[in-house]
Amino acid sequence: MVQYSPAHFNASFAALSDATRRGVLEQLGRADASITDLAEKFHMTLTGMKKHVGVLEQAGLVTTEKVGRVRTCKLGSCRLQEEAAWIERYHQLWAARFDELDQVVEELKRKEKADGRKKRK
Amino acid sequence: MDARRESEPAVMKNRTTVERKSGRELVVTRTFNGPARLVFEAWTNPTLFRQWWLPKSMGMSLRSCEMEVRVGGKYRLEFEPDGMAFFGTYLEVIPHSRLVWTNEESGGGGPVTTVTFEEKGGKTLLVLHELYPSKEALDAAGTGAADAMVETFGQLDELLVTLGASAGRS
Repeated sequence: MVQYSPAHFNASFAALSDATRRGVLEQLGRADASITDLAEKFHMTLTGMKKHVGVLEQAGLVTTEKVGRVRTCKLGSCRLQEEAAWIERYHQLWAARFDELDQVVEELKRKEKADGRKKRK
Repeated sequence: MDARRESEPAVMKNRTTVERKSGRELVVTRTFNGPARLVFEAWTNPTLFRQWWLPKSMGMSLRSCEMEVRVGGKYRLEFEPDGMAFFGTYLEVIPHSRLVWTNEESGGGGPVTTVTFEEKGGKTLLVLHELYPSKEALDAAGTGAADAMVETFGQLDELLVTLGASAGRS
């Protein structure tokens, strides 16, 4: 399970309390974007957008990576952790099913052996 | 009851892998220590299928399990006690090697499931591939599955409490 600390929660809530930042998250949910793109889209200065992205980054909701002169923003690891958590649950389900299926296959093998080669194609 | 032989030495379990191949695809793989025709049978014979598809750890059971395994044939699994159902249509049936079916219980958002059985040296590599109509559908399925599992574990907890309460084990 993903663990959230109270401090983490507070940072997330603070980050989400602003309409522009929620808009930025929505935007990044669709595609990664540079700070310049985001500033343009939300009609604000580069400095203003940098501040918003900084808050989102602090809360772990967004990660940024600078390549050359462009800083690209994408949704942060929280989301990835959530995804990893559900893949893990899905994995547990199938692993449990297949462990039982092993038993069914063993049983069939035993039966087939007992029946001789009657069933062979 | 089909009592499993829990006392038997545990055979080494093969590894199950799950991978999200793309936004719309999920792939599960597992090797079984038996020929493909037997693994295939366990997927297509309802009596055998229900022995493994709802692992005991899930604490759920099937009320009914009907499978008409042929191209265009239908399947339907109904759960106890509320009759919730999984159902769909077989699109491809190649004995001992390939099964493809739809999952129609969630309207248009369900995946198409492909299971292939590849035999090598008496063992069978099984690959289960789910292709969702969209990334959103797969994301939603993930959340749904997660919720279902939480619910299931909740039921298991209840069961354990019940079992604990009836202290004198039979």
